[in-house]
Amino acid sequence: MGDILGLVAKRLGLGLVILLVISVIIFFMVELLPGDIAEAVLGQGATEENVRNLREQMGLNDPALVRYFDWLKGAVMLDFGRSIVTQETVMSVIGERFRNTLFLATYAAVIAVPFAIVLGVIVALLRNSVFDRVANVLTLTSISSPEFFLGYILILYFSVKWSMFPAIASLSDGMSFLDLLERTFLPALTLVLVVTAHMMRMTRAAIINLLASPYIEMAKLKGTPPWKVIVRHALPNAWAPIINVVALNLAYLITGVVLVEVVFVYPGIGQALVDAVSKRDFPVVQACCLIFAATFILLNLAADVGAILTNPRLRHPK
Amino acid sequence: MKNSINQMMLDRLADAAREGRISRRSFMHYSMAAGVTASAATGLWGTAANAEPKRGGTFRLAQHDGNSGDSHDPGLYESNAEINLAHTFRAFLTQINTDQSLGADVATEWSATPDASEWTFKLNPAATFHSGAKVTAEDVVASMNFHRGEQSTSAAKSLLAGVTDIVADDEHTVTFKMESGNADLPWLMTDYHLVILPRNEDGTANWKSGDGCGPYKLDSWEPGVNASLTRHEEWHGEGAYFDAVEITYVNDPNARQTALVTGDADATSMIENKTMALLERRPDITVINVPSAQAVTWPMFCDTAPFDNVDVRNAIKLSVNRQELIDKIAFGAATMANDFHHSPAMPYWPDDIPQREYDPEQARALLKKAGMENLSVEISTADSITSGAVDSAVLYSEHAKASGINMTVKREPNDGYYSDVWLKKPWCMVQWGARPTPDVMYSLAYKDDAAWNESHWQNEEFNKLLRQAKAELDDTLRAEMYRDMAILAKDDGGTVIPFFPNFVYAISKKVGTTGEYAASWHMDGYRAASRWWFNS
Repeated sequence: MGDILGLVAKRLGLGLVILLVISVIIFFMVELLPGDIAEAVLGQGATEENVRNLREQMGLNDPALVRYFDWLKGAVMLDFGRSIVTQETVMSVIGERFRNTLFLATYAAVIAVPFAIVLGVIVALLRNSVFDRVANVLTLTSISSPEFFLGYILILYFSVKWSMFPAIASLSDGMSFLDLLERTFLPALTLVLVVTAHMMRMTRAAIINLLASPYIEMAKLKGTPPWKVIVRHALPNAWAPIINVVALNLAYLITGVVLVEVVFVYPGIGQALVDAVSKRDFPVVQACCLIFAATFILLNLAADVGAILTNPRLRHPK
Repeated sequence: MKNSINQMMLDRLADAAREGRISRRSFMHYSMAAGVTASAATGLWGTAANAEPKRGGTFRLAQHDGNSGDSHDPGLYESNAEINLAHTFRAFLTQINTDQSLGADVATEWSATPDASEWTFKLNPAATFHSGAKVTAEDVVASMNFHRGEQSTSAAKSLLAGVTDIVADDEHTVTFKMESGNADLPWLMTDYHLVILPRNEDGTANWKSGDGCGPYKLDSWEPGVNASLTRHEEWHGEGAYFDAVEITYVNDPNARQTALVTGDADATSMIENKTMALLERRPDITVINVPSAQAVTWPMFCDTAPFDNVDVRNAIKLSVNRQELIDKIAFGAATMANDFHHSPAMPYWPDDIPQREYDPEQARALLKKAGMENLSVEISTADSITSGAVDSAVLYSEHAKASGINMTVKREPNDGYYSDVWLKKPWCMVQWGARPTPDVMYSLAYKDDAAWNESHWQNEEFNKLLRQAKAELDDTLRAEMYRDMAILAKDDGGTVIPFFPNFVYAISKKVGTTGEYAASWHMDGYRAASRWWFNS
């Protein structure tokens, strides 16, 4: 166990270094965007004098390096500064939205991960059957369609034609948890459709890969029923690749859902990031990107730890 | 027999009027065609369309252009979401009525000195902020001064540049003093930046609190997500029939339509032109299509070859098939323009100026006269200007081929278009929001010394008329001057204006309206919340 804690600590430290590098990259990428924050805020109707006053107010006249280190100092203490556009603190701009994004991602993951793995096991069991082919075609079709298209199809049937679920996932205060689940069902379902194929196919491939191993042969020879061969003998050895793919898809659920947010009008962090980029609202962009980067780093770490824990050989290295 | 057919037609008209499907003007037109006298038709309109407004209900609006960076700072108002909210929870001195005339809001009456250099506004003593405080002249002074002075970051600063002083004469009277006459000042007060704000103790305007004196109180607002409001019972105006208003910011046009179709919203701003016809077929939805004063202009630098030759400019203006542009780019939801920046939705619009038609023959003749056959020009454009901007430039260049003009379409980056291309390239496309009066529009972008004289046009007579008309209080004389200016702009100016895009939005049949809609913004000049009601 001590080895694992050491590994986690080491990886966390490395993660911080990566975050620092990412923050530098983001900062200078935003600097490179054409146009100017003050002009973007004031719009087409700005006069030179307006722009000058606003730049002064926003503190944009300091050199980029000075502004970067000022920001970095705050970020270390988890203070991401204030939004340049609204003057609110960055946390108040994105905090609520990040919670919403996490909620939707969790909702989708709770459905998608068990569904994909169970489906993966079943198609591995019934490999090359009609069921296997149909499941593959359907999941591949859903992963190959753009998310907004899937969203529109779901809206067309579930809200417009059958009136089962609301088309707009707008949230309001004082909603009961069940209301919330109903409101956000369609966006969650869209995400489920998008991520299922990847996880299911990885489960299937990893298991089928193992089925040629001698120890599986052995299990079969001693008369173990096929489902037990897969669940008891093959699956435990297949966890490592599956966990990696699951982690990758979870990260995607948090960082890659802008289109779903737009289609279902869900107030998540993706929309906030897009708005912030178009207004050159640097502190918000920086904070969003750092959150995304941290999500990837943490989930990758979790995947590695998970892979080690499920593999006795890695757990007890010689 | 004929009578019963007429009666049937009239019944249908009355239904259409009640549901707000036709305007008062068309109603009168068709009624008279059905053999009803003008005065009878007027009476009929009154009973048909003015179904008694009912109070109650929660009006759910799906609004476009919401951003998480939207703010309460009226100097930085820019997005449609902000402008809509401004008209719902804040109030202005004046407003644009549903028949496009100027009406009272916080100010009940206004008058000017004979040279129009001093305007006095009487305030409505009933006007009250949501906090309970009465709206006083001091509040108005503070609200206006917020946009003035050296330190102001307000985008409305230039609008009030001619104002030298604003004083409170008594509790309910405010006087604006200007360096020269401006007959338009009461119209300018409808500008979306110029909201009436409560005053801080130090005399500055308090915009941060979210307090206002408009028809609805703001209960909660999350920028770019939603807003909920309840009726302000002490509101000074007439209307505000809904008990509450829920605005959801929906930027995806498809999601807005779906919300309306599934009944998640009662109204939605900005419908895409290309799906307008499909939405119109639904029995439970009314599509509203209002001519607006927005424009997409195509200014040519009048001091840069080849545009410095007036024949070349006119040849280019003659080389566009406006109707085809309207049909194919705007899907019919546009009003044909005539190369002067004065739309039928603005006051003093001259309706008797002959329309310039597509005429490649005449264009060729003009080019020959100028010695510029085989003219080559380049138009700069970008997709962000308006939907279909690049396509319309390509279509234009096809039309221009018939006149022997070789027009290349240069697609510029969306980002920084207005800092790198506009006012820099000799011919480009520009999106203009609606301005309340011709004077504001011409002073901003056509006056000889205007910073945004986007066509570098210098015409002595036009500028003389512009200065004269500005201080002219006689409406008939003024209208004549604007007519003369329109002709000058059309025949000598450097700006091609093929059409004015309409405002297209949609409402559920459950919502009742007056059947007329202010053309200043979407959703009845963004006053839908206070002007409309639920039928049942």
